[in-house]
Amino acid sequence: MARIFAYIAHKGGVADDSAAELAAAAKKIDADASPVAVVAGWGADLDTVCERLRSSYREIWKVAHQAIAYPNAELIRKALVNVIPHDSIVLVSHSHFGIDLAPGLSIKMNSAFVSDVLAIEGLEGTSLKVVRQEFGGQVSAHVRCDTSSGAVINIRPGAFKPVESAPLAGSIVDKSAEVGTLTAGRRYLETVVAEAGDVDITKHAVLVSVGRGIQEKDNIAIAEELADALGAAVSCSRPVVDAKWLPKSRQVGSSGQTVKPKIYMACGMSGSFQHLAGLKGNPFIIAINKNPKAPIFQVADVGIVADILEFLPELTTKVREAKGASV
Amino acid sequence: MDAATQIKLERMNVEILVCVRRVPDTSENEIQLNSAGNDIERDDLVYSVNEPDNYAVEEAIQIAANAGGNVTVVTVGNEDDEEVLRREMAMGANQGVLISDDAFGGSDGRGIATILKAFVQKGHYDLILTGIQAEDGGAQVGGMLAALLDYPFASLVNAITVLDGGKLKISREIEGGNREMNEIDLPCVLSIQTGINEPRYVGMRGIRQVASVEIPTFGTSDLGVDPASVGTAGAKVKRTDYFIPALGKGAEILQGSQEEIIDKLIELMKAKGGLN
Repeated sequence: MARIFAYIAHKGGVADDSAAELAAAAKKIDADASPVAVVAGWGADLDTVCERLRSSYREIWKVAHQAIAYPNAELIRKALVNVIPHDSIVLVSHSHFGIDLAPGLSIKMNSAFVSDVLAIEGLEGTSLKVVRQEFGGQVSAHVRCDTSSGAVINIRPGAFKPVESAPLAGSIVDKSAEVGTLTAGRRYLETVVAEAGDVDITKHAVLVSVGRGIQEKDNIAIAEELADALGAAVSCSRPVVDAKWLPKSRQVGSSGQTVKPKIYMACGMSGSFQHLAGLKGNPFIIAINKNPKAPIFQVADVGIVADILEFLPELTTKVREAKGASV
Repeated sequence: MDAATQIKLERMNVEILVCVRRVPDTSENEIQLNSAGNDIERDDLVYSVNEPDNYAVEEAIQIAANAGGNVTVVTVGNEDDEEVLRREMAMGANQGVLISDDAFGGSDGRGIATILKAFVQKGHYDLILTGIQAEDGGAQVGGMLAALLDYPFASLVNAITVLDGGKLKISREIEGGNREMNEIDLPCVLSIQTGINEPRYVGMRGIRQVASVEIPTFGTSDLGVDPASVGTAGAKVKRTDYFIPALGKGAEILQGSQEEIIDKLIELMKAKGGLN
């Protein structure tokens, strides 16, 4: 069968968490698979990552080129097209980099592409059966992918649990000579670090977090009042930032802040995986949503089916009473 | 933008193509399965333009207004999809184009990108925008289209500045709210992240004003697309069925009157150390 490759993103000499997840995903395609780690970059950081991956991959393909010291997806795509056999199955993390790289890689390898896969049911002949989510996670879909001329599969971060196994003693194969000429129409300039906000939501034990269900900017005050009563802070999901109702520094999620509260009140939000990716430390999650089928109820500890615009002010009043009584 | 830059930009005349889609609006609908389980229940669904596409159109309109230029919106679909083209024209797009052919049904991402490539090559576009992702899609068509055209590409774009000399400065959204700044040559393809701008409101009056504008339609023969390379025939990736995932443990749903629910919730919050 086709060989399986895992593209390993890395930074500062450390492989991304997806390295172990992609290895786990490869085992779901074929339990006997021995996926090859492909690591592209330059210099000492690249060597360090390759060395560290020896315990988890039997074979590591090192792709070194000065032009990809910073991971520019267009340049890395060109390198991979020259290095990886085109009938392979290539696994890539569905991160901001994977979204940049994988669709174009599939075109240039003349392979099938499946995006944002969260489960793999297996390979029958050359047909790979996978699971995706659609419509904000409200429904899932089985997707069949013809891998006969290769496939690029983007794997949802966090969806595959790393498999515990005895440390391997993988070998590093230097593929740098096969990279070819690298030029790109897009040039990396710099990374601009997010500005600190007025409130640091990463420092709070209780977060009142609002989603699209807050409906309009003026209603943010309803959440602020509850947060005041609780001694909490107000955070939010992406649509609230997109609508400019709260600043980016209040956003919880993979493209926002990573928070570790004790209690997380998810108010009027669906609970997308990008949002939940920013929620660490196993908080007690209270979900309030008027849609009883909202996906957030799958991950919450306690759920309340209610309209937040009506429920939160009532809760604020009772919290104030409870606090008053305990003084 | 200072006056000198403004004058230079006015000579640029950027031809912009924005690829849009009509999708079931998840804020208006509860998505359910049909009885056969092979599709979602599509009767009575409220459709609208895919939300990220709206940001892409707004960005195109702003670039055209600032740098000079022309905005075309295109969709691959059927006559029902004309309504989203008209909506985006009411926002300020100059033209709408419908790409429609029975042979296009069942296309995977690559098929859609192949069709769009053929359309792009019929004209001349400096800048091609897509929304980052469709409700039922996978953030794929923009990157595939760029690769088919051999244009540079950037995803998750959350700011665009037009530079002199056929280039853009763009910002990409990366982890932790950080931004990756890049320079990119035109022509290029960008997939636009939500929040890049505030899409303007479109009223009924605006829609009425473009209600009778003719929308040209292109099919396989107009575009010179090989029917075997698109649609179900060309698709390497096929959805076989939809299902509702097996539920996990799930939340304990608090029952009772609102007052009872609040009392229970306050007790729970006390127990978890959130209310002292």
